[in-house]
Amino acid sequence: MTKNILVVGEFNQDGLSETTAELLTGASSLSSGGSVSIVLLGAGSQEKAQSSFSYGATKAYTIDNESFSEFLPDKWAIAVNDIYEKEKPDLILLEQSTVGRDLGPRLAFKLNSAVAMDCVSIESDDAGFKATRPCFGGNARATYSYSASPAVATVRAKSFEAKTQGNENGEVVQIDLAADSKVSVINREEVATEGLKLTDAPIVLCGGRGLGGPEGFDMIQELANVIGTDKAAIGSSRAACDLGWYPVANQVGLTGKVVNPDLYVGIAVSGASQHMAGCSGSKSIIAINKDPEANMFKSARWGIVGDYKEVVPALIEAIKSS
Amino acid sequence: MHFVICAKQIPDPDTPPSAFKIDETKNEVVPAPGISPVLSQFDGIAAEAALRIKEKVGDVKITVISLGKESAQAAIKQVLAMGADEGLLLEDDAFENGDHYTTALVLSEAIKKLGDVDAVFCGRQAADWDMGQVGLGIAQLLEMPCAIIGKDVDISDGKMTVQRVLLDGFETVEMPLPAVVTVSNELGEPRYPKLQQIMQAAKKTVNKWSLADFENLEATQVGEQGRKLKLEKLFIPASDSEVEIIEGESAQEQASALVSRLKDAKIL
Ligand SMILES: Cc1cc2nc3c(=O)[nH]c(=O)nc-3n(C[C@H](O)[C@H](O)[C@H](O)COP(=O)(O)OP(=O)(O)OC[C@H]3O[C@@H](n4cnc5c(N)ncnc54)[C@H](O)[C@@H]3O)c2cc1C
Repeated sequence: MTKNILVVGEFNQDGLSETTAELLTGASSLSSGGSVSIVLLGAGSQEKAQSSFSYGATKAYTIDNESFSEFLPDKWAIAVNDIYEKEKPDLILLEQSTVGRDLGPRLAFKLNSAVAMDCVSIESDDAGFKATRPCFGGNARATYSYSASPAVATVRAKSFEAKTQGNENGEVVQIDLAADSKVSVINREEVATEGLKLTDAPIVLCGGRGLGGPEGFDMIQELANVIGTDKAAIGSSRAACDLGWYPVANQVGLTGKVVNPDLYVGIAVSGASQHMAGCSGSKSIIAINKDPEANMFKSARWGIVGDYKEVVPALIEAIKSS
Repeated sequence: MHFVICAKQIPDPDTPPSAFKIDETKNEVVPAPGISPVLSQFDGIAAEAALRIKEKVGDVKITVISLGKESAQAAIKQVLAMGADEGLLLEDDAFENGDHYTTALVLSEAIKKLGDVDAVFCGRQAADWDMGQVGLGIAQLLEMPCAIIGKDVDISDGKMTVQRVLLDGFETVEMPLPAVVTVSNELGEPRYPKLQQIMQAAKKTVNKWSLADFENLEATQVGEQGRKLKLEKLFIPASDSEVEIIEGESAQEQASALVSRLKDAKIL
């Protein structure tokens, strides 16, 4: 059965976000030949719409207008709702991002339907869609079907693989719409993301409460330096962030960032399920912990039982001399 | 002013993973023996946010609402002990086994029925299903503005100001009352009630409303019957990881053994 799917896309000056490209690719296979459209809001959206066609969109709705450049969730919900009325998709996909986690539920409730948040897989069959997502702090997964339409889902980065579909053309529909927000943004501070981003780094070194203080992160920084700061980025457990030892923007886990690096090194992190929810997709995990019973060893490929104050300097030396 | 705190009772999220079990025939979590259910952590933080404002502005009544079974009284009592004034338990067989939509629907009807609510405080997500949509749902159903994942909340001159945690930064927003806010752990630890407060809480009123108390709600809209998301399967994902503990006489030996593993695996 063919299905029509609408993707709520995100972009910046460099182009469509990677996750949006993934969602479009996923949508084209889920649609079984139905239509895949995208909505892009804000100045520059018409130009960015072009690249959505190569990932499988056939139609792009844009509001190429400065007044939609700032993400205001209630206002964006009005816009996407308007496009829903035009397109009547069976499924609306959003990124599990600052945008999606705020917009997804608003849309679902506006449309008198249901949303599954933070999905890691979406399937489609004759009966409709099935969405699978982690729950219970990452201890379990739940698969849901929808008994209302449209199905809405926010999807975690890297749940689908982005692939160009050998198509370059599609229709761009520019919408004129005015909407107001009841919320005004007084101030927005972006945390400087110069250098390697945590979510892009092939190696993530993560420090936890067992470091005993913020100085522990200096030692981890030294380790990152010898590996190369073009390869290694530093993350932190929630406990370490809550203690003010490292910025929240670097928190890994259920309520922080999800990372899927080639190598994840947990240093004095116990590996609570809510922490592992943010790193269990890593290709390999190393646990460095003085407690041999620490949960992180259960997901690790390699482990060293010991005091990080000895192990990390030894690792720095071993890498230097190798 | 009148504030509402939405509070949910959940299985303790600090249950060790080894004690976490699911009954796959019923798609249910099996309560871990000897571990009592708790107030969802973020709801305690929502209470903290509301109480800080009450302390500052004075004349505020705080009602804590829980949709749940009789046992959810414990979650209500905990927020009452922190300093909330009155409790409200929404309990009915018809409310059971609902989804996030039915939960937000019943809570929003209760808030409507209370009548004079200026601000609703929720946790950013319930720490069992981790969905993060009930606060937004209540706001949408009541047509109130909403800010999610707050680390600082303030109310003055008929406006709520929320400092929000974004994935890559912070944002401060302002919205007119009545409004809904969901809060996160960055706000700080919830206060710990003193013994005397726990004793006082036992005397505070907890009202109970069932389906019959809601003129606007039918049994078909709530609980299992009202679900829009059907839980098909609940399972523990398989893990196939087998750890190799790197042994050695010294940290130096362990470190060089580990580095050579990483070289062999072409990771370094
Ligand atoms: C709803 C919810 C959401 C959550 N979201 C997140 C999240 O997004 N991210 C997150 O990280 N957590 C999250 N948590 C918290 C999580 O449950 C844990 O409490 C937290 O991850 C613990 O952090 P930690 O491992 O740094 O600290 P601890 O659990 O205190 O572990 C410290 C570890 O360090 C080891 N250690 C101590 N000293 C040394 C030493 N000298 N050398 C080596 N090892 C040492 C100890 O053996 C211990 O294993 C969440 C919790 C809930 C309920």
